[in-house]
Amino acid sequence: MNKPVIATTSLAGCFGCHMSILDIDEKFLELIELVEFNKSPIDDIKTFTKPVDVGIIEGGCCNSENIHILKYFRDNCKILVSLGECAMMGGLPAMRNTIPLEECIKEAYLNGPSTVNEEKILPNDEELPIILDKVYPCHEIVKIDYFIPGCPPRADLIWDALLHLATGKKLELEYESFKYD
Amino acid sequence: MDKSIKIKIDGKGIIAKEGQTIVEAAEENGIYIPTLCHLKGIIPSGSCRICNVKVNGRFLTACTTKIHDGFEIENNSPEITELRKIIIETLFVSGNHYCPACEKSGNCILQALAYQYRIMIPRFPYIYEQREIDASSPKLILERNRCVLCKRCVRTIKTDDGKNYFAIEGRGHKARIILDEELAKTMTEEKAMKAMENCPVGCILKKETGFIKPIGERKYDKESISKVCVK
Repeated sequence: MNKPVIATTSLAGCFGCHMSILDIDEKFLELIELVEFNKSPIDDIKTFTKPVDVGIIEGGCCNSENIHILKYFRDNCKILVSLGECAMMGGLPAMRNTIPLEECIKEAYLNGPSTVNEEKILPNDEELPIILDKVYPCHEIVKIDYFIPGCPPRADLIWDALLHLATGKKLELEYESFKYD
Repeated sequence: MDKSIKIKIDGKGIIAKEGQTIVEAAEENGIYIPTLCHLKGIIPSGSCRICNVKVNGRFLTACTTKIHDGFEIENNSPEITELRKIIIETLFVSGNHYCPACEKSGNCILQALAYQYRIMIPRFPYIYEQREIDASSPKLILERNRCVLCKRCVRTIKTDDGKNYFAIEGRGHKARIILDEELAKTMTEEKAMKAMENCPVGCILKKETGFIKPIGERKYDKESISKVCVK
């Protein structure tokens, strides 16, 4: 039997969930015996080279690039997993949802105490992704099959979840593993 | 002597005292019924509906309903559980609840209920309502993004001569919690602390007291709210 293929990405997140994946430490050696990694920051493969079984998404969607990547993952992965609070509900980037977008941009590029922008240039280039009005959780953009909660999800929980996904078993979450922070 | 009353909760016969509410009778017999707007010892308002149970086939709030002989109460049925999940999810999408950044995370009843019912994501889309934060008073911050309008603060935090510190302003989705500007200036440390403790979510925060307990030592870190509440 072929090994299940895994891909991962970080959208509007802090890469903390990916750090938590790395926190499975020496179990990583066991993991690469069980699964094969495709597109992921972990192996630096930039585009899908084959159909993927499990796509793992860190971070929510704060700009058009995030939406594009998320849809690209949905099109290429049989199962999509939201990893961590940002993917599940927007998380820390979504704190800007309580502030109007115009105010956020002005604070970042014009009025911030450490901002030096004498020509008052706001980011506006077709090469740059468009910032969305809000930061959206992934399940409001595409269908997400599974969720791994936490900020970040504990390494043990990620290991258990990956192991159960790779072997097709159902995972019962312990109370102490089920956390939003 | 108090008159004893026989009732059944999920098929289990229990004996309770006349005049007790369903929530009180259940707690005394080691049965957990979730509450959010209700606080032990105050007059219940039955506004959040999380304690909904089915009594002889009808939905009633367990915090406001007094027991009667022959009550057959459903508390843990799939139907009730689903109803409670819907209420919790509705509260999550109608506010702006960002647990990782919240001072009350780990001590929050709304979050603990979501853990209790294993809510991964709400089934409803987020509303992203714009709400104002008020940090103008000397001791308290009102983080209205997290307010669930339970009125616990309105009902429990009063001056020694019975005046309200808190009130609800506006109606419907515009309803918001406000704090009396003048009274807030004279609020004692104890009252400010009590206001934060009585708030079931992270809306009322006492300044300079956030994140005091580390992760792992907070109220609902190790045990679910059903175990914390019914020992």
